[in-house]
This record gives sequence, C-alpha cells and structure tokens, in this order.
Amino acid sequence: MPPDPVILEKLKEKFPTEIVSTNDSGEMPVAVIKKAEGHSILSFMKEEPALRFDFLIDLTAIDRQKLGGTPRFEVVYHLYSVTLKHRLRLKIQLPEEDLRLASAVDLWKSANWMERECAEMFGILFEGHPNPKKLLLFEGFEGYPLRKDYPIDRRQKIPVPEEKL
Amino acid sequence: MGTKDIFAGSVITTKVKEVVAWGRKNSLWPMPYATACCGIEFMGTVSSYFDISRFGAELVRFSPRQADLLIVLGTINYKQAPILKRIYDQMCEPKWVISAGACASSGGFYNNYSVVQGIDEIIPVDVYVPGCPPRPEAILNGILKIQEKIVKEAKGKPDAA
Ligand code: SF4
Repeated sequence: MPPDPVILEKLKEKFPTEIVSTNDSGEMPVAVIKKAEGHSILSFMKEEPALRFDFLIDLTAIDRQKLGGTPRFEVVYHLYSVTLKHRLRLKIQLPEEDLRLASAVDLWKSANWMERECAEMFGILFEGHPNPKKLLLFEGFEGYPLRKDYPIDRRQKIPVPEEKL
Repeated sequence: MGTKDIFAGSVITTKVKEVVAWGRKNSLWPMPYATACCGIEFMGTVSSYFDISRFGAELVRFSPRQADLLIVLGTINYKQAPILKRIYDQMCEPKWVISAGACASSGGFYNNYSVVQGIDEIIPVDVYVPGCPPRPEAILNGILKIQEKIVKEAKGKPDAA
C-alpha cells in the first residue's frame, strides 16, 4: 500500500515546530522529530481518530557516531494501525549529553521489553518505565554493546551463581 | 601346582579400582547441556543410526544429580555461565565434561560482547570435540576418549587422556 500523505500532513499541522525533516522511504512515511515533545507526538499518533496508530511494531535506536550526524542517537518507532492499515516510522533525536526519554509503555504495552533492550544496548534512559531492568544482558554488564564505540573484542567479568549450593 | 594352574581360565586378577573404572567407563550417564545447533547433532548421536548405546552411554539424564558426564553442546553466553556452573556443581563425583563443538570450546565465531570464549573459563573440561557442528562420529569419539581417560585415571595416570 503506498504511503498515505494524510499522516505527515496531520503531524505537520499539529506540531509544526517539532519536525526536523520528513521523507517517504517508499514503504512508509518517515518523520524525524525533536525530543522535547516526543511523548506528546506519540500520544497524538495513537489518539487522533484519522491516524489511530494502535500497534507499536518495533522500537530501536541508531548510534549515528560513525555517520557523522548530530545529535548522536535516534530512537526509532515503527507504528502500525490495525484498524486503518497504515504505517509510520518516527525517529526521535537524542543528544549524547542527555539520554533521557519518556517511556511509551503507557501508550503501547509492547514498548516494555523493547525499551529495556534499547536501554541496555545503547544506554538510553526511558523515564517512567515500569520495570527498568536489563532484559538480555546480565546485571553487572558494563558498557553498552550496540554503541559504535564499544570494542568488538571487549570481555566482561563472568557472572557467578547467586547463592552457594 | 601354583595358584595360576588351579584357577586357570576361571579367575582373573586385577585391582578394585580398575574394576570400578571398567564399570564406569561402560555405563556413562550423560547429561546434555544443549544450547544451540550442536544439540541437534547430539540427537543424531543418541538415535538408532549412530547409536550411542554401543558404548554404554545411552541413558541420557536431564538431572545433573543423576549424571556423571556433562556434554556441553552449543554457544554459552555470559547469562548462561552461572547456570552452567550451577549444573556442573550439582553433579556428584566422579564426573567428566565434554565440550562439544567450536562454540563450547572457544566461543566459535561468536567473538562478540555476549559469548563466553570457551566453557573452560567456567568449568574444567576433559575432552574437546572440534567441529561446527561436530559429526556424531566425533561426539562418539569424544566419549571413547573419556573412556580411555577413566581407565588411565584408575591406573594412576590422571593427566593422560
Ligand atoms: S559450534 Fe557451530 S553448530 Fe555448534 S553451536 Fe556453535 S555455531 Fe552451532
């Protein structure tokens, strides 16, 4: 299905100053937005009757360090509307100096584990997350392995069983 | 007439230690710790075609307390490490460990942030089986090596394997 132009129009109409850029990836519209109103935009995407993004398909981050971009991080949301059958890719810019971002778990429950993974892999702090523990890595893992400056051959201290037999 | 002639053909002389080792080596109870693709090869190894029971090791246990041979098959990551250590600690003495496959022996091609570079960083290993994955014949050969080791240990050469 070709991208629906209505989505980006609605976004531009409601948050004219928050949008950094928009484009069309060929499969879905893409919007890069500023961090400040990130959560309100996500909430608008879900609540607005003409958009109705009721499904968060994926949430991840990009470390743009080696792409030379500023700000360094982008948190990427893939949204889908089960009722209206359209998609959107939203990227929230996140500078290295302040990696706090409002959690989206209150909007979509599927954000829960994806934010935990994103947090441990990139060091992004999702504020208001109900269970901000590591998901795939062990407690005590040092560093953020999916950042571009994490050395590929870095080793961790091997964890030991919690209690003695 | 010497004792040799009296008991000829009906008695053999040996040591208790060696009889025990003979029993042990022919009735190993393996516990597979399969975390990845190598575990599939182990399924082939225990099934009828390759038939691990020819070597007396067919009684696969999934409780470490009932096993004396731990076979680690697959990638062990940092999060698995304490679990593997705990399983090993739960096995009764005497016990042996086979590290089957490139991943368990050295991390394999997973030279990355999450994988332990060989289980010998966590537990002692008696026999390493190469391969990615090792063929069932290779796993069987690993069991034969363990059997040799058991016999040699009983004869008082613990380091020979
Ligand atoms: S050694 Fe190869 S076959 Fe075995 S677990 Fe690793 S990747 Fe899979």
